[in-house]
This record gives sequence, C-alpha cells and structure tokens, in this order.
Amino acid sequence: MSEVYDVIIVGGGAGGLSAGVYCARGKMKTLLLEASSNTGGQCAKTSELENYPGIIESTGPALMDRFRAHCEKFGVEFKRDMVTGLSTEEGGFIKRIETRSGETLLAKSVIIGTGANPRVLGIKGEKEFTAKGVSYCATCDADFYEDLDIVVVGSGNTAVEESVFLTKFVNSVKMIVLHDEGVLDADRTAQEQAFANDKISFIWNSCVDEICGEELVNGVKVKNLKTGEITDVECDGVFMFVGTVPNTGFLEGTIELAKGGYIKVDEKQETSMPGVFGAGDVCDKFLRQVVTAAGDGAVAAVAAERYIQEEEHWAESVLEAENDTLVAFWSPVDQKSLELMPSLEKVAADKGVKLVTVDTYKSQNIAGRYEVKEIPTVVRFSNGEPAKRLDTPEADQLESLF
Amino acid sequence: MIEVGKANFDEEVKQHEGVVMVDFWGESCGRCMELMPDVVALSEKYSEQMKFTKLNIAGNRRVAMGQGVMGLPSMVFYKNGEKLEHLSGEELDAQQIEEAIQKYI
Repeated sequence: MSEVYDVIIVGGGAGGLSAGVYCARGKMKTLLLEASSNTGGQCAKTSELENYPGIIESTGPALMDRFRAHCEKFGVEFKRDMVTGLSTEEGGFIKRIETRSGETLLAKSVIIGTGANPRVLGIKGEKEFTAKGVSYCATCDADFYEDLDIVVVGSGNTAVEESVFLTKFVNSVKMIVLHDEGVLDADRTAQEQAFANDKISFIWNSCVDEICGEELVNGVKVKNLKTGEITDVECDGVFMFVGTVPNTGFLEGTIELAKGGYIKVDEKQETSMPGVFGAGDVCDKFLRQVVTAAGDGAVAAVAAERYIQEEEHWAESVLEAENDTLVAFWSPVDQKSLELMPSLEKVAADKGVKLVTVDTYKSQNIAGRYEVKEIPTVVRFSNGEPAKRLDTPEADQLESLF
Repeated sequence: MIEVGKANFDEEVKQHEGVVMVDFWGESCGRCMELMPDVVALSEKYSEQMKFTKLNIAGNRRVAMGQGVMGLPSMVFYKNGEKLEHLSGEELDAQQIEEAIQKYI
C-alpha cells in the first residue's frame, strides 16, 4: 500500500495546478494526477488568452507552463494516470483513489479538477464525420478550411468568438442558432463582433438535423424549429460549440452531482463527501474561466488544509484520548455559548477531564457527524464514543454529564 | 518516425507493403502535441512489426484532405496502400491507438 498523501489533486488544468501551488506552499504532501501526457487542461488548447488579469498577452499553453513551473518550485509531485474510482477507508478520513493502471493511492483529502470536454450532440453523421469535416476545435482545424464555407452550431460566447476567429481563414461562416432573429447566448461584446463581421451570417430558429457527405462533409440538413421545414445547406465543415460536459463519470454514486453532471460544491469548494473538494470547470458554477478555476483551486487547497488539521486534532484529542474528554460544540458569536464557557472550564477542572472546544462557526464538519443541531451542546466522550450529552444546557446541569 | 509530406507520401505510405500508421498533426493542435510523446513511444515499441510516419499538415493540407482527413488529431492506418481505419477526436488516447496497432499487426 502506498504512503498517505495529505492531498491528491485529480486533474492538471488551471484549477488543479492552482490548488497544487497553494497545497505545496502550505507544506502539504501533494500529488497531482493527470491523465494525459501534458498538464494545462482546456486552457492549454486555447490559442488566444486575453482575460487573465495581469497577463496582457500570452497563449494558453504558455500560461499553463508557468502554473506547472510554480507547482514544481514548491514541490508538487506529478504522476500520469487516470482516476477510475474514489472511496473512503473506514472512518472516512482516509480516501482511496483507484487508477486505470491498477494502483490504489491514499490521501487525507482530495481535490477534483477533472474539467470538462466539448459536448457531442449525437446528430446523425456527427460521429462518422469527426475529423472529416466535423470539428470541436477551431485552433486545431482552422487551417483545413482556408477559403472554404463552414457552418457553426451554437450561439454562446465560445461559438461566437471562435466564429470570428475562423473568419480569418474561411470564406464564410453560417451560424445555426436556436433562437429568434437577433438573439444569441453570447455576451454583448461578442455579439457586436459577430454582427459586424461580413463573413458571418445567421440561420435563426434552427438546428442541424443531419451532417451529410461522402468521404468528407459536403453539407448539412438544417431544420427550422418553427415550421419543421428542412433545408439543405452546402458546406465543407461543421464546427460544434454547444457547451461542455464535465468529466465526472467516475464519481457517479459517490458524491453529489448537480444537473448535467457537474460537482456540487459549497463556498469552501467542498463536495458532499467531507475532505473531498472540487475546483475549476468540473464544478457547478456561474462562470468557467481560467481565473475562476485558479480561484477555486486556492479555496479548495486552503479548505483541505483546514479539514486535515481539524480531523487530526479531533482524532488525537478526543477519539484516541486515554481519558474521558468534555467536548463543547460552540460558537464565539453565540451569546449563550460565551456565557456557558466559564462553568464548562470549572466543571472540566473539577472532574480532571480535558475540555475540547469545537467551533461550529468555522466548520460544521464534526458537529454534523454527531448531529449537533443547536449550540452550545456539550458531550462527554469516553473511549472515543459519546457517553452523555446535553443540548443547550444551563450551567447548573453540567454536573449531570458525569 | 518518418516525416512524410506531399513529396514522399505516395512512396512511404501508399506504396508501402505492410501496415503503416500516419499521425496527422499540426503545431496549433494542442491535443496532437499532447499525444506526440505517446505516439513516439508506441512507434518504438512496435517498430519491428509495422511502420510509423507523421505528417505535419502545414504545407500538406491537400495531402491530408486527399486522405479524407480534415481534423486533428487523426491517426490513419493503411495496409498495402489501402486505408484500414481513421482514429480521431478530442478523446483519442494512447490506449486506443495501441489497441488499433495490435489489431493490425
């Protein structure tokens, strides 16, 4: 069995690499697993990067190389493998990660940053003509379409921005848009660029029903959603920009996922499994950008460190204590908690037991495990188990714990 | 891996007797660059059993399109000049390529 890492980060995109910097700089023993031969994730496949604050001009791959170098400077260990399963050892503190190469790795906390991939719609002909006229990556394939006519499916920011980029190469772009005339999902800036571009035209209220061709694509069947009418549109290529799907297949049934398979996280980036965090595009969130992924990574790393500290302190001072302990679940912002504290300290001293306080304002993790609903709640632990408990006690009731 | 292009594609690939794989790639294709070290490793592992070539689409776009390749990454297998299989897509990984190699050698 392998040694136990403090943190295993799954995925080496912007979120995972940012978490790596924070974890390793915080002196945590950190392993980053990446399934492909290069780190950098989706950002490393983006040619033009204009909105990472402080980086006025750079490419996605160049920025991701800097992220990686930063991780290496602080001592993140890198390993290439794909994660196939996540579970916990008994007690829940140690997490087990299974990989495709058959290894089992152990960690006290896990940060998942497996990102997302372009969505495949499953249109007739889509799979058959992938790399034969159907493309999901403008920077990869633009060269093929010099002076040719293409169709773009989608109307979000990516669809619009990539259409504008493609006009530098192609003869014409027809955007197939689900919405009414003039309505795009992209933001205003992107919309204005598209409307002002002579090479871009639009087919409104429509979707692609079928992609046709022989060896290569030669056209699409476009369906008008209002009339049901199908029109043949000649083209040499179809670029699909219809959103992304998260890489969370290996997590199904282990942690809570939101609609579309994205990971549900709280304000600390923690998932439904204590000690397991999410970072970057894989999370259910409002904005998916390099800068927000980096922010997620930082939050997840610091939250992971706190989690480990809290769990180890709890285990050492309560679960593994030789003598009985008095545990007070309290909050420094709760008046009743504050008032009870002197009496608690006195009772603990009188009985010769150690008083351990758990601040529920900082973390609900341990309180939740013992179903503490109200504070203050005081519990006497014996041999690692709750022996007697009082919810919101008065000072004169504390004696009855013994 | 042998570099092929418009000058030698026919000779190295179409007229080759036996199995040959062509890695169609381009510098602006991130996924291609990611896969490259794996493909090189596979070409070394199976160098005895089959031939491995790569084609940079810069300057060779017509050759690629002539082979029905209009997207990257693309790995195309030929046997005695006949196309056997065209692997492609964002999700293409080294394991799939190795499975195809094993199928054709």
